[in-house]
Amino acid sequence: MEKRELVCVACPLGCGITVTLGDGGEVLEVTGNTCKRGDAYARSECTAPTRSLTTTVRVEGGKAYVVPVKSAGPVPKGMMFDCMKVINQASVKAPVKIGDVVIKNVLGTGVDIVATNNAE
Amino acid sequence: MTNFDLAVVGGGPAGMAAALKASEEGIEKIVVLERAETLGGILEQCIHTGFGLHYFGEELSGPEYAGRFIKLLEDTNIVVKTDTMVLDIADDNTVTAVNKTDGLLKISAKAVVLAMGCRERPRGALSIAGSRGAGIMTAGTAQKYVNIDGYMPGHEVVILGSGDIGLIMARRMTLEGAKVKMVCELMPYSGGLTRNIVQCLEDFDIPLKLSTTVVATHGKERLEGVTIAKVDEKLQPIPETAEYVPCDTLMLSVGLIPENELSKNAGLTLDRITNGPKVDEYRETEHKGVFACGNVLQVHDLVDYVTEESQIAGLGAAKFIKGEKISGDCIGTNGINGVRYIVPQRINRETDTDVKLYFRVGAVYTNASIVVEANGETILSKKKKKLCPGEMEYVLIKKDVIANLPKDSVITVRVEA
Repeated sequence: MEKRELVCVACPLGCGITVTLGDGGEVLEVTGNTCKRGDAYARSECTAPTRSLTTTVRVEGGKAYVVPVKSAGPVPKGMMFDCMKVINQASVKAPVKIGDVVIKNVLGTGVDIVATNNAE
Repeated sequence: MTNFDLAVVGGGPAGMAAALKASEEGIEKIVVLERAETLGGILEQCIHTGFGLHYFGEELSGPEYAGRFIKLLEDTNIVVKTDTMVLDIADDNTVTAVNKTDGLLKISAKAVVLAMGCRERPRGALSIAGSRGAGIMTAGTAQKYVNIDGYMPGHEVVILGSGDIGLIMARRMTLEGAKVKMVCELMPYSGGLTRNIVQCLEDFDIPLKLSTTVVATHGKERLEGVTIAKVDEKLQPIPETAEYVPCDTLMLSVGLIPENELSKNAGLTLDRITNGPKVDEYRETEHKGVFACGNVLQVHDLVDYVTEESQIAGLGAAKFIKGEKISGDCIGTNGINGVRYIVPQRINRETDTDVKLYFRVGAVYTNASIVVEANGETILSKKKKKLCPGEMEYVLIKKDVIANLPKDSVITVRVEA
């Protein structure tokens, strides 16, 4: 059995949450949260934590050097640096429009990397 | 001389929202004057997400949030002049500006909205010993280097100040392969949002050193390291705790200062705490027809609140231009016992709107109450599970409550622990 201490980020309250995990990593108990969202956050953090990823991609043949991008949905937290490697090797040809898919299904996560600004 | 109904100084989120609101209210001739090449202000380099949760109900990046307003602006007949620097606002609301195509511009405006935003407190404002080698910069400057110019300003980074920009840059530099050694914070608590502490520092095991500051920088041409030290309860460094940390980059995230040079030149008095002009419930300054909103008025945590405030100013300016704005006897507002300031600083007694009083507290409180009083009577009391300096709070005061207060009253807001 293992206990993990988290600070909830579901809202500005920032409750201190204690999660008790079983030997197989399964969630046995969540305490300290003051709402349902806290419970959900704690469970996902301890079993399959995800993050949305934002960075930039190099632009070719345009005025801009880089264009900002984001993962269209959250990616597994443990894959952030692997995703960064793929994104840093990519480039896009100008012009780029907000919402353009820059990388499809990055590393098989099912999540696209999309542009979040226009670049000429 | 060109005539406009409304001149908006600044084309960031504040200026755009104010201009759009005034346009919606039927104001025809509006000009937005923006110093940078593009609209959007600082949002253009804030590529992380977390913007728009309140206003749009979805999580957007900075450029996406700005992009929505830029698009709305394009569908109006609002005139936008970028690459344009405003030099002066005269007593009769004539705005003097300069740019490459028009040369010197004189704009006669019925009303003016100040939306110049804020800038970062620079190294010169701190007393850190050491020479001025490369590698010392504000977090926002580093953010521009990485996110707009596409290059890395350093590899081994120490960040001073745990405001949100510092935290965001800790993550950004780490994702791009730099080693962020630590974030030092002078105060015993962080000024940043909890979610940023978790997702920008804890995710990457970056230590947050509270009650710690940088006392010296080392290296002549390029930064080679910094000396950090713990501070005592008076925030003075404790020499015995000094420690050398090798690094090639020091980023400063030590506060934001509203950019009020134009306001000061125009003779506006600034609030001692917010460093922004003093305003009424429609964000009209002491100068008739001159309004202020966004970070030039008070530094906000969330752009969503900037938008909301700027719509109030835009509405106020529209009312002023149409001759519908009430300005008469005012009652004052005052923050005491833990409440550092209140915006607006005054409210017209005969106002036609309910008024939100925005404020910040000076310390962290749990299970405290916000008590609003006037003339020795409690107007309202609100329980709060948590209050902290990093999060702006507000209380809503109904207009009939305001109307019933005697002349020269002051509404006070305080924390009851």
